[in-house]
Amino acid sequence: MIRVTRKLEFSAAHFYHNPDFSAEENRRVFGKCNNPHGHGHNYVLEVTVAGEPDPKTGMVLDLKELKEILDREVTQRMDHRHLNYEVPELAGKIPTCEELAKVLWRILEPKIHQGRLDRIRLYESPDLFVDCTADSAKDAR
Amino acid sequence: MKLSLWRRYSFPASHRLFRAEWSGEENERIFGKCANPYSHGHNYALEVAVTGPVDPATGMIANLADLDSFVQQKVLDAFDHAYMNEQIPEFRECVPTTENVCRVIFQRLAGFPHAHIEGVRIEETGKNSFEYAAPSNP
Repeated sequence: MIRVTRKLEFSAAHFYHNPDFSAEENRRVFGKCNNPHGHGHNYVLEVTVAGEPDPKTGMVLDLKELKEILDREVTQRMDHRHLNYEVPELAGKIPTCEELAKVLWRILEPKIHQGRLDRIRLYESPDLFVDCTADSAKDAR
Repeated sequence: MKLSLWRRYSFPASHRLFRAEWSGEENERIFGKCANPYSHGHNYALEVAVTGPVDPATGMIANLADLDSFVQQKVLDAFDHAYMNEQIPEFRECVPTTENVCRVIFQRLAGFPHAHIEGVRIEETGKNSFEYAAPSNP
């Protein structure tokens, strides 16, 4: 099996606030990320697709097609956007790197038809990133 | 799907690869430049992976403040600017190769109370890195 990875960057704003928490609890749990004016990151997304190369083309999947999917589903929807307000899949959730990686997995997984989505790695900064991988265990949330 | 959160830290430290029961010649043959008796150092980059359910109230696998303070207390306070052969007790019995540094750091972090420590990865230089994974999934 071969894994093919495509990488892209997007910049977006977010902040963390749980309406069920008091103001003090929001500050304690989320720290600086609770600032209601929001703040931003340059996210780096690595999308890995696994499969066997097609003997006719030598390709696991058409990377141009993957690029178009990522442009349509990620760049156009999230680049220079505010994640709290402009990404409906995050409504009612805290837009952490964990939640955003789950949302990206759910958006992209059904759109990959050659090979299968193997891993999403989302960097919020060079020092913080989340891996989302296929897992036989049922996703409870 | 399964989610893992990775956090990256760094610490400079020094080490010397040698075994006291081996001759100088044998140490040099096996460990090369790393056997230099004056020791040498690296800027180590440490990546720690945690996994577990995402708390719907916070959107987090683990609060980074909790992870940072645990890693600081269990690892960085001891390893940062240390001569590992002398100042990390675990290396009195084994050679501080980065393979062993991975295992020792993993063992120090395994008791993190807020999420499962899935593995650690250490870059010794830009050219080599080592990874140690938990023996089984939670």
